[in-house]
Amino acid sequence: MEALELTSNKETKTVKQMSGAQAVVHSLIAEGVDLIFGYPGGAIMPVYDALYDYENELNHVLVRHEQGATHAAQGYARASGKVGVCIATSGPGATNLITGIADAQIDSTPMVCITGQVASHLLGTDAFQETDVIGISMPVTKWNYQVTKASEIPGAIAKAFYIARTGKPGPVLIDITKDAQFETLEFSYKPFKGMRSYVTCPSLNLSKIKEAAGLINTAKRPLVLFGQGVILSGAESEFRRFIEKAGLPSAWTIMGLSALDSDHYLNVGMLGMHGNYAPNKLTNECDVLIAVGMRFDDRVTGDLSRYAKQAKVIHLEIDPAEVDKNVKADVAVLGDAKASLKLLYNLVEEEEHKDWLEEFRKLEFEEYTEVIHQELNPNGEDLTMGEVVSSINEYSKGKAIVVTDVGQHQMVSCRYAKFKQTRSLITSGGLGTMGFCLPAAIGAKFAAPNREVVAIIGDGGFQMTIQELGTIFQTKTPVKIVVLNNEFLGMVRQWQELFFDKRYASTTMVNPDFQQIVKGYEIKTKKVTEREQLNSAVKEMLEFEGAYFLEVRVGKENNVFPMVPTGASVSEIRLK
Amino acid sequence: MKRRYTISVFTEDIVGLLNRVTIVFTRRKINIESIAASDSEVKGIHRYTIVVTESEDTVGKVTLQLEKQVEVIKAVYHLDEEVIHQEIALFKVPTSILLQGGEAEHIVRSHHARVLSVEAQFTVIEKTGHKHETQKLFEELEPFGILEFVRSGRVAITKPMRTLTSIVNELENKQYS
Repeated sequence: MEALELTSNKETKTVKQMSGAQAVVHSLIAEGVDLIFGYPGGAIMPVYDALYDYENELNHVLVRHEQGATHAAQGYARASGKVGVCIATSGPGATNLITGIADAQIDSTPMVCITGQVASHLLGTDAFQETDVIGISMPVTKWNYQVTKASEIPGAIAKAFYIARTGKPGPVLIDITKDAQFETLEFSYKPFKGMRSYVTCPSLNLSKIKEAAGLINTAKRPLVLFGQGVILSGAESEFRRFIEKAGLPSAWTIMGLSALDSDHYLNVGMLGMHGNYAPNKLTNECDVLIAVGMRFDDRVTGDLSRYAKQAKVIHLEIDPAEVDKNVKADVAVLGDAKASLKLLYNLVEEEEHKDWLEEFRKLEFEEYTEVIHQELNPNGEDLTMGEVVSSINEYSKGKAIVVTDVGQHQMVSCRYAKFKQTRSLITSGGLGTMGFCLPAAIGAKFAAPNREVVAIIGDGGFQMTIQELGTIFQTKTPVKIVVLNNEFLGMVRQWQELFFDKRYASTTMVNPDFQQIVKGYEIKTKKVTEREQLNSAVKEMLEFEGAYFLEVRVGKENNVFPMVPTGASVSEIRLK
Repeated sequence: MKRRYTISVFTEDIVGLLNRVTIVFTRRKINIESIAASDSEVKGIHRYTIVVTESEDTVGKVTLQLEKQVEVIKAVYHLDEEVIHQEIALFKVPTSILLQGGEAEHIVRSHHARVLSVEAQFTVIEKTGHKHETQKLFEELEPFGILEFVRSGRVAITKPMRTLTSIVNELENKQYS
């Protein structure tokens, strides 16, 4: 939480007369915003006009589609911990935001979206570019509000930022009618301080912490599962100290990836459907399961009726609605992960659990021989996705921010990318939004201009938001784009192969020449089709100063393994 | 096991919040059997009374999802025996049926229903009670011809003694301390 509070805001001292549109800009600046992603249109024009005078204070990145604005804002938020901001016009502009908003909601990404709306006297009349964006966005926003009077603007924006970044973060939408943007108001800005009907964080219950510590101290085979909660609460070091002291093997959800260094001796790998063999298998053999800031998504748990039934479950969670939702907790520790972990650290005893850790090593070795070795050192001519990710690891020295899209390459990236720093893996976890990667990488690069940002995308997802190459061209954002091209919608094809008798319905992609397209945007490109070209191409890409597009032809019908088939238990994970 | 539950949702008085509340149900395809919106005893706090038939597990999860919504202050659920509840039903019947031999009049009296308005052509009768009681009156009057019928959603007072004021005080102290 502390990390998020840093984006905090300042109160204005003076009262000034201005238009609602100017008040939007002043409110954003007061919230510490210096970057927004957006796309103009009729109903938001007054705000754009006001932005024109503040180009130095408030950088506006013109995307090529409003969906791109949301994913860019998400990428920015996920890399920086600050609130991402995007802006769009009414009607289609607003509806184009919805996918990104839904993605931010399910992945708890702090984001404020501002949309223009038709003038208030036209509301409900099917006016030009009118849509009920409040109604449409309600199921996928943490909060939303329609402003119809200029005087509401500073208060609504202050509240929006507060709600977006506090507690379990999420997306907020403010819809502002055009007349409210034109109307004048007496502007003064006060940061929002909280409200009775929104508890940001449940109070810590010391007896629960003691109970949890008691269970951990008597455990013989404890296993920690950690998620994005560790990152969102800025608890990475508290988490590491806690698991080191108690000697707890720790496995991650893809949203929690990079919160703990990849090479940490207690990092036992990835959970879930395409996760590592050991943590999935041993979930059903541990005696105490300690979930930290994760929500037992179905992709992590597999069949719930056969999930960790033998274990006592401790759940550290900020959101009371997540406790007992999927997995019943024996001890629910409500509160912010950072605060809970600090207290737990003091109460747990020093332990190593050597024999238990050895069981993970044995299964790791089994997975290495059966799967990983082949993926990284294939016998065949075809390049594998794992080889590419491994090469990126080597030449980026594990320091890059890796952004992924959704599908096979996403699972391979999460499995094989190595990290030494938190907030280094940005992916669409809960919603599984194809097209997320390219715009999210742009946002991440703006958030972390001094870090290398590598976007790893499949040929399907690349074409879903390919128009954002235009944003890269215009802003000269030096992102590195790696398209793993197998000319298939690979993950769906894999499922068709395994579960639908190889009936490849609509998964073959007849792709255009990506090289030609990217050249049109004056982005440096290279295409790799042979193994011996790979390392030098990756090296060249990472050494190049500007944006770079690397297309790699990978095996057309490679599969991602291990795999927990739908409906199976995690312990039934298949190595092939 | 599915049982009937009364969910009471206390919220800030804000436009559109009803939509946010009902989305929690519709998302899980839970049928709302009745819903009533009103003020509460605390100024500025709105109260929705929602009746559903579901398992306690589902109702418990829904209640937490409701409470999670920004601007929802508190959501609680109770079984029928834990609340005092009523519904109001209005019946518009031809005045003539009450003039013929007294059978319809006897039904109205035996149900302790009230006559609200008598016009030359129609009479409006009110019956307050549990749903099965208003339903019984409906069934008995039906053969005489009912011109119009309406029943409100359930309103309910909970038996547990925790007051809304104490909940609100606790939340306000927590937020602003």
